[in-house]
Amino acid sequence: MLEIKNLHVKLEEEDKQILKGVNLTVEAGKVHAIMGPNGSGKSTLSYVLSGKDGYEVTEGSASLLGEELLELEPEERAALGVFLAFQYPVEIPGVGNMTFLRTAVNAQRKARGEEELSAADFLKHVREKAKELKIDAEMLKRPVNVGFSGGEKKRNEILQMAMLEPKMCILDETDSGLDVDAMKLVADGVNALRDEGRGFLVITHYQRLLDHIKPDVVHIMADGRIVKTGGPELALEVENNGYADIMSEVA
Amino acid sequence: MALPELKQSTTEARLAALSLPEGGCLDAARRAAVARVQTMGLPDRRDEYWKYTRPDTLTAVQGPTAAVFDSGEAPMFDTFDRIRIVFVDGVFDADASDDLSLEGVSIERLAEIQGKDIHWAKDIYGVLEARGQTPVQRPLAALNTAFATDGVVIHVTGTPSKPINLVYRHENESSDAILHHVIKVDSGAEATILENGPAASRFNKAMEIDIADNGTLHLVRAQGRDHERRAATHLFARLGRESVFKSFTLTVNGVLTRNEAVVEFLGDDAVAHVAGACVGDGDFHHDDTVFVTHDAVNCESRQVFKKVLRNGATGVFQGKILVKEGAQKTDGYQISQSLLLDDDSQFLAKPELEIYADDVACSHGSTSGAIDEDGLFYLRSRGVPESEATDLMTLAFLAEAVAEIESDEIAASINDRLYGWLARRR
Repeated sequence: MLEIKNLHVKLEEEDKQILKGVNLTVEAGKVHAIMGPNGSGKSTLSYVLSGKDGYEVTEGSASLLGEELLELEPEERAALGVFLAFQYPVEIPGVGNMTFLRTAVNAQRKARGEEELSAADFLKHVREKAKELKIDAEMLKRPVNVGFSGGEKKRNEILQMAMLEPKMCILDETDSGLDVDAMKLVADGVNALRDEGRGFLVITHYQRLLDHIKPDVVHIMADGRIVKTGGPELALEVENNGYADIMSEVA
Repeated sequence: MALPELKQSTTEARLAALSLPEGGCLDAARRAAVARVQTMGLPDRRDEYWKYTRPDTLTAVQGPTAAVFDSGEAPMFDTFDRIRIVFVDGVFDADASDDLSLEGVSIERLAEIQGKDIHWAKDIYGVLEARGQTPVQRPLAALNTAFATDGVVIHVTGTPSKPINLVYRHENESSDAILHHVIKVDSGAEATILENGPAASRFNKAMEIDIADNGTLHLVRAQGRDHERRAATHLFARLGRESVFKSFTLTVNGVLTRNEAVVEFLGDDAVAHVAGACVGDGDFHHDDTVFVTHDAVNCESRQVFKKVLRNGATGVFQGKILVKEGAQKTDGYQISQSLLLDDDSQFLAKPELEIYADDVACSHGSTSGAIDEDGLFYLRSRGVPESEATDLMTLAFLAEAVAEIESDEIAASINDRLYGWLARRR
């Protein structure tokens, strides 16, 4: 599904190399987790895949279902099926959450040559999904993420994911700022979307999210590279011993 | 003190080209206004409040012509149930207007009351304008009081069931219109006034609003889409105790617009919101000059002005909150922001606070910037194309001003216009 080969990325503004040859393949139906210390390049990887400005790819490639991603605009990647659940969802005062969702859903459908959803169908669909995530009608009416608590923002990300039904879901520290109950709710939302045709890349610092979203493969990222790959037990090892052991092991 | 030579000659030339309506109950007010114009002189670039806006085309004997623009769309507020009062190039059009009778309000033409010896409007006409001349002079408003050819005199005595819509059509490319309206809102009464249209090639409009205790007035105007039209408008509002005044102005296009608003709180616990949204492309100069005076306790004032500028358009904001001695518990808020869609456009802002009371909360902010990149990326990452995402962010930028409109229906129609303007520029 997602294929990243020898990806090298530096910051556009300063001559600083962040990713130094990332190789990663996420298969359809699988959940891959990336763990790693601060500054290892995890978030950069998620931004580069979704098309944020400010990064320069100096070498390597990334493709989704055989389509080269890195030359595409963010909206084109989204229409192909890339979805990034932001670590810090952006507040957009003045744009209603509902308007935003409908615009996004229909823009993607249009880009894929599908018919736009009618207002009634959309409403029915969004209400169903919102209910599962315990998002009330009031939250749907408010401007995008404005005045939302940390938990509400993350649930709103998952709602968008559920509505957009992407092929490749990238979750960037979705657990940050969440209490246990909120994390459970978000994880349930993600698990409901697990599907044969869908891949997940879950970026996290902590094992605890992975208790709820069980990964098939765990990668450890350090200094812009994936330094170790293993099964779910690798996350437990990190939890118990920290990164230091692994780092010394691969050094 | 004698006026500078150029100011003197400009003023004399303009006065000589106009004829003063004589007699009737407004006669004294008009003559006094002529005297004010003679004393102050018409504005020029050396005047403190005209540094950012060139007044020459507004003070010239003859303004530049302005092509009549056919937008191809239905006039603003067209679908609303309302009473229409139509002026074509500043001349009342009875055939195009509705029957002016409506319960809770009396509507008369200024030209009609002109001949009467006694009329309540005499206590307001030119009176609020004259009060509004200190501490900042507004000679174009005095010129208006002196020479206005028509207008409406509206007395709100109850709660009329529908809005009163002043429709300003522009049909002649060299028209020059001077209209003056007087609005009196009785205690406990409430009304909505809508204004729309370019009015004339050059339009000088004054509106004096006197709101009694517990009275409420909503004013929403859309200044028409004619690219070459010029307008200088003045709003003078005087507020009684626990009264509410909310004003919103939409400006789409127009080569030159100067909108002045002068609000004075005389009774305690009153609320005044003055807001505006403008979108300009290219040859567009838009100036909001606002002066709010708190002379009562526990009043709330909000000034919310948003400007979207592109292709070298210019926005100006000069806004002041004056809190007089004893005007405790004043809550004054002022925000002026511009969204510059390119490097050629500019926003000139002069926010002012002058406070003589010690128990007040006043805040002001002014910003100028481009579209928020993080927001734009967020929308695009969800599949919204860049052009549409930019439009959404632009509407979002304007939203705080549009939100000052109380009626959702009216706000939606304003948003439609703004969206249309953006969509035409994709």
